[in-house]
Amino acid sequence: MSAFATTFSDALLMLADFDHIVAEIVVLSLQVSGGAVVLGTLIGLPLGACIAVGRFPGKNALSVLINGMMGLPSVVVGVVVYLLLSRSGPFGGFGLLYTPLAMILAQTLLVVPLMAAIARQVVEDVWQRYAEELQLMRFSWWHSVTTLLYDCRHSLLVAVLAGLGRAMSEVGAVMIVGGNIDRATRVMTTAIALETSKGDLALAIALGIVLIVIILALNAFAFVLRHWAMRRYG
Amino acid sequence: MAIFPLRIRDLRYQPNGREVLAGIDLDLGDEGITLVLGPNGAGKSVLLRVICGLLEPGSGSMVWGDEGACRPAQGVMMVFQRPMMLRASVLHNVALGLKPFGLSAAERKRRSLTMLERVGLADRAQDSARQLSGGEQQRLALARAWLTKPRLLLLDEPTASLDPSASAEVERIVREIRTDGTRILMVTHNLGQATRLGDDIVFMSGGRVREHTPVQRFFSRPQSDEARLFIQGELPWRMRL
Repeated sequence: MSAFATTFSDALLMLADFDHIVAEIVVLSLQVSGGAVVLGTLIGLPLGACIAVGRFPGKNALSVLINGMMGLPSVVVGVVVYLLLSRSGPFGGFGLLYTPLAMILAQTLLVVPLMAAIARQVVEDVWQRYAEELQLMRFSWWHSVTTLLYDCRHSLLVAVLAGLGRAMSEVGAVMIVGGNIDRATRVMTTAIALETSKGDLALAIALGIVLIVIILALNAFAFVLRHWAMRRYG
Repeated sequence: MAIFPLRIRDLRYQPNGREVLAGIDLDLGDEGITLVLGPNGAGKSVLLRVICGLLEPGSGSMVWGDEGACRPAQGVMMVFQRPMMLRASVLHNVALGLKPFGLSAAERKRRSLTMLERVGLADRAQDSARQLSGGEQQRLALARAWLTKPRLLLLDEPTASLDPSASAEVERIVREIRTDGTRILMVTHNLGQATRLGDDIVFMSGGRVREHTPVQRFFSRPQSDEARLFIQGELPWRMRL
């Protein structure tokens, strides 16, 4: 059997045996990326909607900035968060560096611009159609934002999924602020990078399979949910 | 504060130098249904948008009430030809009109259900608003506007592209809203509807009010050649200045 096939069969065996190392890494990955996406949703979606609805000087510049930050290099975010959380940094006193919370913060910074940019575009399209009626109904700026977010909720699933995809596949920032510490801050992407460099390709492939299955499953769920919602609400 | 009579004088709206409203003079009393007729491009819909404050006129004046107030903060609503339908239930869409009023959710729901009864949509309350027919969506939009108890309701071709039975139902609701004490200014292209529904007619062309007369007189003795040609169906489909 070739080395490729052997590696794959070993990886599948690890998964079939519910290898506890794999399980721990997967659970931590889901906690970190899930936390970042929850925070990103709470910050990014309202931020995008506020930019879409608001009329203020510099709105276009802010939109360009948010769009530009979608491609923010994760290692740069990692370094910035590292500096903020390191002992000599402004938030060093909290002792967050090399903890899952630091990884959540770094990933949140990565997903917020992405989610805000998508939300701004989605909400702005709807706002252009609804603006006159909401204005006539004397909706406040905040009422308009919440109403539009509610109306766009199914389309905004795309933003959430994009954020989740970015968070789960990201490696640079979590490696820097998490340190890839075994059983503490090791997530799927950093573990894959480490195990590959060590030559333990079976574990790397096993984690890769789990990562892809999770992302596909979430996308399939979102696809079904969106189709159901389109049938139900038009 | 009384918002009637509404006196509009020499109202002009000129986006990018193009004169859409070319000096509107119009008086509206405190009751009745006024139908706005005229060819496409006459400025009818723009006039409604200026009256409700969605567009700022270039010049001219609108004086509300005997005390000569500026535009009232509340009491003017408009229903559009293609009204907003959120991806939500019929009930949610109607209750939306009460959102800025600071009422409890239970009270909003109670009032909305009562209003849905009045427009004949109570049995569709939990259905998706976007799955309603065009006529039902217009009734929903009327219910949403009526719920806020406006003093002046502006209707921009609410029966355009509706079949006769759906139009008749919308007309019934419009009459009820009027009976409830709301002044109505409605744009239509349907001359039959104008005779059935209107108390008086405002005929516009080229961004000006050419006639403002009671319905019977408008159809029996139109004062302008344009109005006569319009009634006979011989006015060019689009009047330009």
